[in-house]
Amino acid sequence: MSIAQAGVTTEGLTGPEPAPPVRRRSKAGYLLLLPGMLWLVVFFLVPTIQLMATSLYDPNGSLETGYTMTGSISNYWTALSTFQAPFLRSLLYAGIATLLALLLAYPLAYAIAFKAGRWKNAMLVLVIAPFFTSFLVRTLAWKSILSDNGFIVSTLKDLHVLPPDGRLLATSVAVITGLTYNFVPFMVLPLYASLEKIDLRLVEASKDLYADGFTSFRKVTLPLSMPGLVAGTLLTFIPAAGDYINAELLGTPQQYMIGNVIDNLFLVQLDYPIAASCSVILMLAIVAMVLVYVRRAGTEELL
Amino acid sequence: MTRVGRWAVDHLVMVVAILVLLYMFLPIFFVVLMSFNAPASRLSYEFDSFTLSNWTDPCGPAGMCQSVVMSLQIGFLATLGATLLGTLVAFALVRHRFRGRAATSLLIFLPMATPEVVMGSSLLALFTSAGLSGKLGFWSILVAHIMFCLSFVVVTVKARLAGLDSSLEQAAMDLYANEWQAFWRVTFPLVFPGILAAALLSFSLSFDDFIVTNFNHGNTITFPMFVWGSAQRGIPPQVNVVGTVMFMVALLLVVAGGVFQRRRPA
Amino acid sequence: MSDRDTDQREQHDRTEAGADLTLTSITKRFGAFTAVDDLDLVVEQGRFFALLGPSGCGKTTTLRMVAGLEEPTSGRIEIAGRDISRLKPYKRPVNTVFQSYALFPHLDISENVAFGLRRRGVRDVKRQVGEMLELVELGGYGKRRPAQLSGGQQQRVALARALINRPQVLLLDEPLGALDLKLRRQMQIELKRIQTEVGITFVHVTHDQEEAMTMADTIAVMNQGVIEQMGAPHELYDSPATTFVSNFLGQSNLVRAEVVARDGERVVVDAFGSKLVAPTGRARRTEGKVWVGVRPEKVFLARAGSETGDDSNVLGAGTVSDVSFIGVSTQYLVAMPWGQELTVFEQNSGARDGFRVGDQVDLHWSAAHTFLLDADQDAHAGDESYAAMAGASAS
Repeated sequence: MSIAQAGVTTEGLTGPEPAPPVRRRSKAGYLLLLPGMLWLVVFFLVPTIQLMATSLYDPNGSLETGYTMTGSISNYWTALSTFQAPFLRSLLYAGIATLLALLLAYPLAYAIAFKAGRWKNAMLVLVIAPFFTSFLVRTLAWKSILSDNGFIVSTLKDLHVLPPDGRLLATSVAVITGLTYNFVPFMVLPLYASLEKIDLRLVEASKDLYADGFTSFRKVTLPLSMPGLVAGTLLTFIPAAGDYINAELLGTPQQYMIGNVIDNLFLVQLDYPIAASCSVILMLAIVAMVLVYVRRAGTEELL
Repeated sequence: MTRVGRWAVDHLVMVVAILVLLYMFLPIFFVVLMSFNAPASRLSYEFDSFTLSNWTDPCGPAGMCQSVVMSLQIGFLATLGATLLGTLVAFALVRHRFRGRAATSLLIFLPMATPEVVMGSSLLALFTSAGLSGKLGFWSILVAHIMFCLSFVVVTVKARLAGLDSSLEQAAMDLYANEWQAFWRVTFPLVFPGILAAALLSFSLSFDDFIVTNFNHGNTITFPMFVWGSAQRGIPPQVNVVGTVMFMVALLLVVAGGVFQRRRPA
Repeated sequence: MSDRDTDQREQHDRTEAGADLTLTSITKRFGAFTAVDDLDLVVEQGRFFALLGPSGCGKTTTLRMVAGLEEPTSGRIEIAGRDISRLKPYKRPVNTVFQSYALFPHLDISENVAFGLRRRGVRDVKRQVGEMLELVELGGYGKRRPAQLSGGQQQRVALARALINRPQVLLLDEPLGALDLKLRRQMQIELKRIQTEVGITFVHVTHDQEEAMTMADTIAVMNQGVIEQMGAPHELYDSPATTFVSNFLGQSNLVRAEVVARDGERVVVDAFGSKLVAPTGRARRTEGKVWVGVRPEKVFLARAGSETGDDSNVLGAGTVSDVSFIGVSTQYLVAMPWGQELTVFEQNSGARDGFRVGDQVDLHWSAAHTFLLDADQDAHAGDESYAAMAGASAS
């Protein structure tokens, strides 16, 4: 706040005259907005509301006989008590994967922003290149990488990290590895975007003011990269918490996350009310966590 | 000592970065490797023996190539729709004043912050309650893909447009270009790279989508659906051929684009 | 040379017949903020006219209204008697050199310069573009992109791009603001040369008083949406009408005084016990409380109690409180008995030794260089260094 005010004052003294607004108020604005926003209302907003309504339907109905709206809050208790474990697993796996992705992504983003020199663009292409092939195909590749006779498992056995009959596939380690892998680029790109904007003279200034390399990173670089860090963790955590491909392909039902449950309830059990309750709970849990997180990170303007 | 320390730190970061990149490429190596694999059994995920037959007969598995064509069609149409609608919204947001700006921004932000499983299931809930559950297929997938690509297009184009110096359009108008000419001669060519980036992003999001599609596909099989379906029965190694080709084509496009841009004077 | 003369005459013939730019009661409000307040202004055909003022004074808004990029809340804008106030920018016979140049980054220099001609359907633009690039000394740069040129070169492209359309009025919005000092000096001379050569009316907006005085033949000083004073540079400098003009255009010493006598030619005032004389022609107020003003370079310092000439004004009993050696001149601050510090610039002609801090001095100046201003006005209005310091201490 005080910085913004100071900015205004100095601008008033030395800068050019305030640029008059360029935004026009006209009917054209509404016409440009209309098709896109209509699309989002009909195919995003209304479905979301429909989902909330479905979550309150009579649980005894079925797709054949139809559902009646009974305002059954009990669906939520059923969902929570029955699927408590996958819920907690989703949040736990997504949380661990986000943390690991951050640990991997920060040095990479830092190196691209400050150390890559003329290789900067090439490295950025390499970051998104794995995206070029299919998500499912990549995840299946992990199945090969982590397979029982693969080099990783045999190396770990040789090092006695894994017992002779141990395996990685079909464990939570495999699921978290897959989740981390799939969302690392979502972490790298926003981090890079924020790091790249940092004026290196600020880091020099902090060194001039008696901060050693690590301190100037902790006191200057890290805080200035916060917007990217927050955006990156959200972009990783949210899809990871809802993902069920990794749990399905790399895990077993013991590793199932809430996504697997929702998928199963909707498409196999055809139990729409409970399935919708699960979706709504997932959504609310994410919104609540994001709000708390963003507030604590002090970057509300992101939203 | 400090010089040695600093050298180590400088290169340490780079070394870690390269290791992370290798980690990110590990599955790609395996996709390429497995495309030359002759699996010993249907459910084998290990490299058994080398063969070229997957490359000489890519359409061997029943329905796989049809699913790729389906994904390409949906990807193309979804890109077209989302890019068009999203670009218009981006222009409205940057260039026009209107009521309900905050609500509009929120509605654009929300789909990006909603897990796909929630979006997919709520669309299914809507289609079902509208009595369309028997008619799901090509059109419901397309509708869904345009929906989740739209927000990304808006954000991408908006960023490019907001970075555009509005005095350029004023200069065009000052130099006898009317609104229409100013748009097509100045604004559009300058925003175009942003629109192109948004279109590429849309295409890859649509082509690759599994979760939302899985809820709304009816009997229509896209490539991700095909892979998913065959994961239960045993993945045909040709899937890795498709993965490798996709990777190569995309990489080639990006490199060619980069070279093209470098050859044009900045 | 004779070719150029004919060209110039043709140009004059085409745009003459009183193609004046006239602004009548122009007001522009942004919400509750009045940027331009009931402004009347006539810029004669062929002038190099400067709108000078601090940032936020409304000068750029005025320019943008003439260009058609801003619509006046009320009032009329006419060129050669034709009302253009509601015309779209592309229908007006004016062109603008933008502050940021606004060169189209996706077009090369030739296409940037040809942009206006092409929009008006001119088929063969090659010769004209070539000539125009020669005029701004950028022949051979046509195939380059804007980003490949230096700031000064981009500035000249922006000028060429506007001038090629032969507008009746050329608007320049702080055109030299982004250039470094040396280049700015060079471009000032260049702009003046080009204006003389093409004979088009230039309306030049700037906050730099030196730039305005160097180039313009008429200056309007603007402050808070109104024109404080308009005239030739030396008129404004020698005979400022307001405290704002006296401080914004150069520097002034303003001392509180009261009129004690007047006749046809002179006004006599009393300033802290000293009788000072000012010509009536330079007195904006001839009774009651006034500011008596004099420019620092018009003042001579003398040892306390020295003899003086008859027509000299004298303020005595000052103490030198600061001496700054500038090279060509020395700036003295002199503390007066009533607590005010006055500024004196003295040429370093070498004719005598300078003064030192603590020396007792008298201030002498010719009565002809004295001006009187309304004492109701703020003595620090338009004094930017004072405003900056006051602002700094306030925040």
